[in-house]
Amino acid sequence: MNASLPMADRGAGPVVAAKPASVVPATEPKRHSALVRVTHWLTTVAFLALLLTGGEIVLSHPRFYWGETGNVNMRPWLNLHLPSSRDTVPTGYGYVLPDQNGWSRYLHFEAAWIAVATGLLYVLWGLFNGHFRRNVFPAASDLSARQLADSAMKHLRFERPGAEEAWSYNVLQRVSYLVVIFVLFPLMIWTGLAMSFGFDAAFPLAVRLLGGHQTARSLHFLVTILLVLFLFVHVVMVVVAGFRSRMRAMITGKMIAGTMISGSVDSPTE
Amino acid sequence: MSEISRRTLIASGLAVAAGASGLVVSAKLAKRYGLIPPDAGGVYGPGETLTYAAQRLVGSHSMAREFSRSQISTNPFANEVDPLGDEFNRLQAAGFVDWRLTVDGMAARPTTFSLAEIKSFPVSSQITMIGCEEGWTYIAEWTGVPLSYILDRVGALRQVRYVVYRSIQPDWWESIDMADALHPQTLIAHRMNDAELPVPFGGPLRLRVPRQLGYKSVKYINHLTLTDNLKPFGKGTGGANSDGGYAWYAGI
Repeated sequence: MNASLPMADRGAGPVVAAKPASVVPATEPKRHSALVRVTHWLTTVAFLALLLTGGEIVLSHPRFYWGETGNVNMRPWLNLHLPSSRDTVPTGYGYVLPDQNGWSRYLHFEAAWIAVATGLLYVLWGLFNGHFRRNVFPAASDLSARQLADSAMKHLRFERPGAEEAWSYNVLQRVSYLVVIFVLFPLMIWTGLAMSFGFDAAFPLAVRLLGGHQTARSLHFLVTILLVLFLFVHVVMVVVAGFRSRMRAMITGKMIAGTMISGSVDSPTE
Repeated sequence: MSEISRRTLIASGLAVAAGASGLVVSAKLAKRYGLIPPDAGGVYGPGETLTYAAQRLVGSHSMAREFSRSQISTNPFANEVDPLGDEFNRLQAAGFVDWRLTVDGMAARPTTFSLAEIKSFPVSSQITMIGCEEGWTYIAEWTGVPLSYILDRVGALRQVRYVVYRSIQPDWWESIDMADALHPQTLIAHRMNDAELPVPFGGPLRLRVPRQLGYKSVKYINHLTLTDNLKPFGKGTGGANSDGGYAWYAGI
C-alpha cells in the first residue's frame, strides 16, 4: 500500500521503515525533513498571527456582503452579532470595543508575507525533490471508496495509527493536506489580495472573477473557517496519534523510540 | 566532521552570506527608487516596505477599476467625522464662498485658490469604489480637478516626492507619493453623483485617492504642501493616520 511509504526525504528512511522492524538503522531516519519542520512552524506562527489580527479586523465591521459593495446601510448576508470596535456599526451592544485595526492590519500583512514566502519555499521544494509525490499525493488505489471509508472509520473511532503510518501520512491526511496546500491557501491569498485597492487596480480581472470586492471579503472569511476547522482536526489527530512523539517528530525530526506508537520500529512485538 | 555536515555547513554559510548581501543590495536599490515608505521603522516596517515596494513595482501606473452608472451605490455610507469646528460652520453658513485651498512648499508659484477658481478648472469624472479599512465599501461618481493639474499650475519642482494635504479639522492630514499625486484618477473632488459634494462626504473639497483606502481620501482639504521629505511633518511617518499607528500606504 502506498501509505506505507516512508516520510523521510533522505535515502536511509524508506528502506528501514518499510521493512519489518527487526533492523534498527545505524543512523536514525528522520520522520520529517528539516525543511518540512522549519516551514511547518513558520506557517504555524504566521497563521496564528493572521487569525488573531484577522479577527480583530473583522470586529471593526462584523458583517458580510456579496458583490462589490456593502456597508451599514445595506443588508448583509451574514451578521456575526458581535460587539464592534466602531460605534457606526449597529450591533445592539451598548459598548464599543477598543480600535485595534492599526497594528492588526500591519501585522496581518507582515504575517501574510511570511506565510506566502514560507509556502512558496515549501511548495517549490516539495515539487522538485519529490516530497509531494512520495508523501502527499495519494496513490490511485488508496482513493477507492472502500479505502477512504475504511480510513474515515478508523479516524471516527479515534483509532491509534498502526505501524504502517508511523512513517507516512494516511490517505485522508494526504487528501486534506492537498486541499489545504493547493486549494485553501491559494484561495486565501487570492481573496486577500483581491481586497487590496492597489492590487485591484493592477489586476482587476482577479477581483471580477471572484465576483467583487465584498464577495472576496466573504470568501476570505469562509475559507478562514475551513482552515480553523482543519487546524482543530489536525491538533486532535496529533493528540490521538501521540502528542509527545508527533510534536517531537515535528520539532527534532526524530521519533521517540519507546513511546512512539504501537508497532514502532523498536517494539515490533507490541 | 563528516562530509555531509561540512557540505551543509558550507552551503548554509554561502546561503546566509548571499541572503545578507542580497538584503543590503535590495535595501539600497529600494531607497534609490523610492520604494521605502515613511513608516518603514519598527517591527512592522519590513512587511510594510514589502507591500509598498511590491505594489509600486507592479502597478505604479495602473488605473482603479471604474464601474457603470448602474453600479453607483444608492445608499453610500458617510463615515463619522470629528466635530467640524467653528471655522467650518462659519464657512458653511456662507455657502463656502470663502473656502480657500493653499498650495505651498516646493512650488515655483505657491498659490491660494478660491473655491470658485478650483471649480472653474477642467474636471475629470470617475465612477470608482471607496473602501474603508474596516471592510465596507460603496461606489460613487466623483468629479473634480485632477491633482496633477494643480501641481502643474503652481509649478511643482522636480524634487517633489510627496504631497502633504490637510483638512480644516485640526491635526488631520495625510500624504501621498508622486505615483498617486500625478495619477490621473487622483482628484480634488468637489462633486459626487452629479451634485455638489455633500458635507458628510467631504464637501466642499475632498482629495480622492481611489487606489488607496478611504482614510487617504481626506475630507475638507484646504492646504497642500509639496515636499521631498516627510520627516518634519508630525511625527515624521507621513500622516495623522500613520502617526496614530495605521499604515501610511493604504493600497492594501
